[in-house]
Amino acid sequence: MIEVLNLTKKFNGLTAVDNISFSVEKGETLILLGTSGCGKTTTLKMINRLIEATSGKVFIEGKNIQDQKPEELRKQIGYVIQSIGLFPHYTVQQNVAIVPNLLKWHKKQTVSRTRELLELVGLPPDDFLKRKPEELSGGQQQRVGLARALAADPSVVLLDEPFGALDPITRRQIKKEFINMESMLQKTMILVTHDVFEACELGDKICLMDEGKIKQIGTAKELIFSPQNDFVINFFQANRFQLELMVLTLMDIMDEITIKEYKGEAIHEFNEYTRILDVLEAMENTPHMASILRIKTNDHKTILHTTSETIMSAFFKKRAKLLQ
Amino acid sequence: MNFIEFIYTHQQEIIEQTIEHIGLTVVALAIAIFLGLPLGIMLTRYKKFSPSVLGVIGIIQTIPSVALLGFLLPILGIGVIPAIVALFLYALLPIVRNTYTGIEEVDLAVREAAKGMGMSDLQILFKVELPLAVPVIFAGIRTATVINVGVATLCALIASGGLGEFIFRGIALNNIYMILAGAIPAAILALLFDTILGLLQKFIRQLIKPILILSSLVIFVIIPFIIIPSFFVHPFTAGFTAEFMERSDGYPGLKKHYNLSMNTVELDPGLMYQALKEKKVDVICGFSTDGRILAFKLKVLKDDKHFFPPYHVSPIVRGETLRKYPVLREMFSKLADLITDKKMAELNFRVDYKKESPSQVAKDFLAQMGLEVSNNKKEKADIIIGSKNFTEQYILAYIFEQLIESYSDLNVVLKTGLAGTKICFDALINGEIDIYPEYTGTGLHVILKANKEIQNTILRDEKMVYNFVKKESKKRYDLEWLQPLGFNNTYALMMRESQANKLKIKSISELEYFLEKSD
Repeated sequence: MIEVLNLTKKFNGLTAVDNISFSVEKGETLILLGTSGCGKTTTLKMINRLIEATSGKVFIEGKNIQDQKPEELRKQIGYVIQSIGLFPHYTVQQNVAIVPNLLKWHKKQTVSRTRELLELVGLPPDDFLKRKPEELSGGQQQRVGLARALAADPSVVLLDEPFGALDPITRRQIKKEFINMESMLQKTMILVTHDVFEACELGDKICLMDEGKIKQIGTAKELIFSPQNDFVINFFQANRFQLELMVLTLMDIMDEITIKEYKGEAIHEFNEYTRILDVLEAMENTPHMASILRIKTNDHKTILHTTSETIMSAFFKKRAKLLQ
Repeated sequence: MNFIEFIYTHQQEIIEQTIEHIGLTVVALAIAIFLGLPLGIMLTRYKKFSPSVLGVIGIIQTIPSVALLGFLLPILGIGVIPAIVALFLYALLPIVRNTYTGIEEVDLAVREAAKGMGMSDLQILFKVELPLAVPVIFAGIRTATVINVGVATLCALIASGGLGEFIFRGIALNNIYMILAGAIPAAILALLFDTILGLLQKFIRQLIKPILILSSLVIFVIIPFIIIPSFFVHPFTAGFTAEFMERSDGYPGLKKHYNLSMNTVELDPGLMYQALKEKKVDVICGFSTDGRILAFKLKVLKDDKHFFPPYHVSPIVRGETLRKYPVLREMFSKLADLITDKKMAELNFRVDYKKESPSQVAKDFLAQMGLEVSNNKKEKADIIIGSKNFTEQYILAYIFEQLIESYSDLNVVLKTGLAGTKICFDALINGEIDIYPEYTGTGLHVILKANKEIQNTILRDEKMVYNFVKKESKKRYDLEWLQPLGFNNTYALMMRESQANKLKIKSISELEYFLEKSD
């Protein structure tokens, strides 16, 4: 759990971060979203004290970060940056083992942990342990960077545009794995990005910033459908429709779906948390838009059979209601 | 004697000088690494000092080596220590700059990641920055090594030994074998060091620690051995130029002639006077009319057994000019025997150290000697006076000019600063100049190229030399040597006046007596 209270940073009289407060619950992911220069990275770096705050307080798991030595603090926080920053003179094994070694872990423990982590990020340890960073692709490097950040099993992970340097295909794949990674689910994370889709996809909550101030903080759905000011509206305007499809799930539109009689075999099956966008994407591959979908609710009690057309019309009805 | 034979007969010396050379280079390099590396690291931590510190070290690098040795002379004297200091200063820049750049060039992302993971500044330095900067730092050490092997040859000029001894002696004597005997091993040494370091570079990460340990060992074990002895009083030492050490009319001849023996070191001609002044040596071989004799309060020892060949100066005139203006002969007789060695040294001193103009000095001199000085310039050039390109010759040319213009209606034009005897003499023969001051010794050796036999019979007698060159020049070139001006600009042994007075040494014989007694 991370609590930020009245955090302010001034550089030579210019206010980069202006008296902001928020909190991230245990296991939650908060996205710091905004254009470059809005203060999101500065905010992130004040949490592991790479930048010292001018005023304000930060508590991690209830402890004031100012009460700890910066080095000690940082060893307990996972940190992933866009440029990755693997040590070029270290092997993959040595890179992942940096924090365990700083913490003076037992050698055996470090070795088994390294293998486990590489396995986790999808790099077969026997192939990769002895390689140097220069022998890895960009995507593989960022996987190692992720493994390195998780090495000492920190409860808090800070990520600064972690997918920013990757090509779109690799980015998509890693992001997908990242979301589904068991060990990431329990982490309290703050992730900085300027990408609205990434924010909506990865964040439990989004904190939209501009000129050092928080413009709105809430779930993606709240920011899209209940924007508190013009800045928030304008920020999402360009990608509005796609974002709406992303933040609404089948559950949201369930009320609008008129149930039809089941005819024949269902081609796709979704649970009720599936985003509308994912449903439509899945349909792209099927020849007929009118194919039959099966939706499972969480309690497995209700099973709905419907078509994509029904879904779309339900989405538009719901959207109209929400935007009223 | 061919080159192979030369090497063979001098192998002992070559080996000794090579070892001295390696010693100088390695010790200076070790100090430079030991101090340069931490300095470079400090600069990355206190960046605001880096431009000024790197600037100062860079400026040191641009000081010509001989000039740097000159600066160090008053502080550190001559010998091994100033040589090591100079080499150290030259090695410093590549090492400090490469350490600084190497660390600065470490990817910012890597540094940020290291810091973000909780590494302390020292951990970042030793685990990240230094290992990544090592190739660049090592390249700096390599550059410094090659520079040092080169500069170390120049250190022979301040009596520190090394392969430069052969090179400079060879240059002075125009002995190509001797130059090569120094230059080839020096070049091989540079290539060898570079190759070895190049090979080591592959294993540098494993080797950097041994290198640092070794360099500190060199500093703390070897250097005290060099420095401590220098605190004790040195014996009576002579500092001679490489040329003087080898020429038969230099130290070898002097040794035999006076039955003299003393400790000698080799010195650069330019630094020699200063070394004597700074009490780093006790005797030098200078030139008897050098301005520094006055400037540094030196005592010229009398050559009481007439060893050094005479270099008396006379105006040398074209016969044709003399027949046209017979008045010249009488006019120049006024100057005959008028200028003593000391007087000439004083005139040189006024130009070289008091920065007075040669023409003013010439005017003052004539006035002081009771000769009339007047200025009555005319359009036409009747007589052209030439001179070689050093102070004494300029002063003499102005004296001649003012003498002629004061005592005749003739108009004089100056063509001073001709580069060397050959050019001056050719100009005289071709009628481009009519008169210039020349030395009898030079006349004998360079102009008339008298053979060994003649030289041996007349060399020790100034009158015979003068008469010989006068007669031969007349016969061969129709040139007239007018009456000598009096002073003799030749090799001379000199000491500090204070020490000479204290030891009551006035002549070379007395020096010999003193040395024999003190043994």
